[in-house]
Amino acid sequence: MSRPIRVLVAKPGLDGHDRGAKVVAAALRDAGMEVIYTGLHQTPEMIASAAVQEDVDVVGLSILSGAHMTLFPRVHDLLVEAGRDDILLTGGGIIPKEDMAALEARGIGKLFGPGTSTQDLVDFIRAWFAEHKAQEA
Amino acid sequence: MTSTQHIEDVVRQQQEELSQLRAEVAEWRAKFEASRTRDVSYTNSATEVEPLYTALDLENSAGTAFETPGTWPFTRGIHATGYRGKLWTMRQFAGFGTARETNQRFKYLLAQGQTGLSVAFDFPTLMGYDADHARSEGEVGKCGVSISSLADMETLFEGIPLDQVTTSMTINGPAIILFCFYVAAAEKQGVPLEKVAGTVQNDILKEYMAQHAWCFPIEPALRLIVDMFEWCSTNTPSWNTISISGYHIREAGSTAAQELAFTLADGFTYVERGIERGLDVDDFAPRLSFFWDIHNDFFEEIAKLRAARRIWARHLKERYGAKNPRSWIMRFHSQTAGVTLTAQQPMNNVVRVAYQGLAAVLGGTQSLHTNSMDETLSLPTEEAVQVALRTQQVLAYETGVPNVADPLGGSYYVEALTDKLEAEAEALFEQINEQGGVVRGLEDGWFQKRIAEAAARQQWEIEQRRKLVVGVNEFVTDEPELTIPLLKVGAEAEAEQRELMAKLRQTRNQAEVTQRLDALRTAARGSENLVPFILDCARSYCTLYEIRAALEDVFGAYREPVFF
Repeated sequence: MSRPIRVLVAKPGLDGHDRGAKVVAAALRDAGMEVIYTGLHQTPEMIASAAVQEDVDVVGLSILSGAHMTLFPRVHDLLVEAGRDDILLTGGGIIPKEDMAALEARGIGKLFGPGTSTQDLVDFIRAWFAEHKAQEA
Repeated sequence: MTSTQHIEDVVRQQQEELSQLRAEVAEWRAKFEASRTRDVSYTNSATEVEPLYTALDLENSAGTAFETPGTWPFTRGIHATGYRGKLWTMRQFAGFGTARETNQRFKYLLAQGQTGLSVAFDFPTLMGYDADHARSEGEVGKCGVSISSLADMETLFEGIPLDQVTTSMTINGPAIILFCFYVAAAEKQGVPLEKVAGTVQNDILKEYMAQHAWCFPIEPALRLIVDMFEWCSTNTPSWNTISISGYHIREAGSTAAQELAFTLADGFTYVERGIERGLDVDDFAPRLSFFWDIHNDFFEEIAKLRAARRIWARHLKERYGAKNPRSWIMRFHSQTAGVTLTAQQPMNNVVRVAYQGLAAVLGGTQSLHTNSMDETLSLPTEEAVQVALRTQQVLAYETGVPNVADPLGGSYYVEALTDKLEAEAEALFEQINEQGGVVRGLEDGWFQKRIAEAAARQQWEIEQRRKLVVGVNEFVTDEPELTIPLLKVGAEAEAEQRELMAKLRQTRNQAEVTQRLDALRTAARGSENLVPFILDCARSYCTLYEIRAALEDVFGAYREPVFF
């Protein structure tokens, strides 16, 4: 069948809450994806460069610090600058609904909040991959 | 009748009663097995739980039958008076934006009847970065208040006399620096050092384990903590030098037994480091305090708190030779479990918090933070905080719960569960020792892996609907979600803080700043106590990051083991 989906799970900024990121990384791996986890305290530059070097399909950011309006657009811009706007930038955390909508309007997301089932993330990523990347697989 | 005969009669009678009870329990068990419809056999932490507890479950344990509150080994509480002497301190954790904004929130909370202050710092401060550092961009004031120097600390407590409040500061990696800012601010208010009272969290071991706001590698970080034990024992005797925290370990995913054992193992490590420094355990142990997470499983949480006190007392006296009863007693703060709050149907969180708060009080907490209903969505609004504080006030003044000390003492279930958690903790201490102790376990990721595994298992249980979460995987409503107003922290705080920093850097005595940072570097290379050097830096308005960087020049930075 098709090649495995490659995902970079990243923790940008100074936020140390990694329970969600680790649970998500393990769930995506269990769903058959190739998952790379960056560890904590990454700058947007470190994340974008890891995404390009590892040639991933998806970057998932976990942000619980309230800095999402700074960090998501920064990573997004860096991926675009690197010519990799084909990479899906998604993620989740403590993000108010209006902010999710504002980020989605900029081509970021979908974003997920507390209480999301990991199956919903798997389904979302698979559907996106089938639509955008399956032809090259 | 001789007394021997009398004792034999009593024993025979007791044995007859017990075998009768055994027969009755067997009969009850048969009825139960025949008609049970719901299979709920585990506590929240996957500890097996029986559907009924009787005297048979305490056959090999006295429970607390011969114990009163305020006496060894303190299972039933540290005060003879329970809450009749003093209610618990209602201490709501608060902080956002600039020092000026948080100062206003503190004054509001004090006016509402709150009895202690608790400072939440933003991520840059927690990591030791100034508001104008490049790595702070977008994060200043978002998750707490931004404090980059003594000047900000002075603003934070403007109009709040520091000899009349006790302040808890949740800060770890750079705790020693923020502590010195606080002491210097008290000096500026003219408050004598012996009147400075409060707590710094200062528990770096659980940062490597779970919360992840660290600065330095493990060994120099432990040195800084022991420096504080030493300095505070003579200079600020009313200051709690550490709040050894299970909270973050549990929030990161551990079970109740892991929270209990890992936290106590951290506590033992600090005691050992203090003793290795040559300190008398009774000089610093009385200032060690604890901080527990109060999760959903009501009785398990109460049992955890009772077991924690008993384990600490036994180890301090029997293993570390503490002679002062104040070294044996475990004083602790509790906070309801943030991780149990749901973004769905957020008003339900008020109910969760009330039950958790009740468990904390039945477990004998010294102070309590009750979470606000909106905390899975943002920092709490004033209205939400008020409901959370009122929840404690209703508990304290209307329910009658604080009238009796340890009211669940003697409950077969609570006593059996207390014994069980104690035994599980002891078994985990063995495992920790076998794999080389706490520091080794952190370097190898032993603790981190166990916590991540427990978190993954809990997520799986929810997704498999083995565990029901009201409003999330059961009783879900299709109607538009009830929305509640949210607090917005804008970008203005960051701009304002940057401006203040620029001004500070221009107006302070730069030569003195350089000289004191150099003195700190030199001292850090040796083995002197670093508190006086950092305090001097604070007095000269050296910034948080300047002090961190000076120490990092000598100590290096921490690198985490990455895995999932």
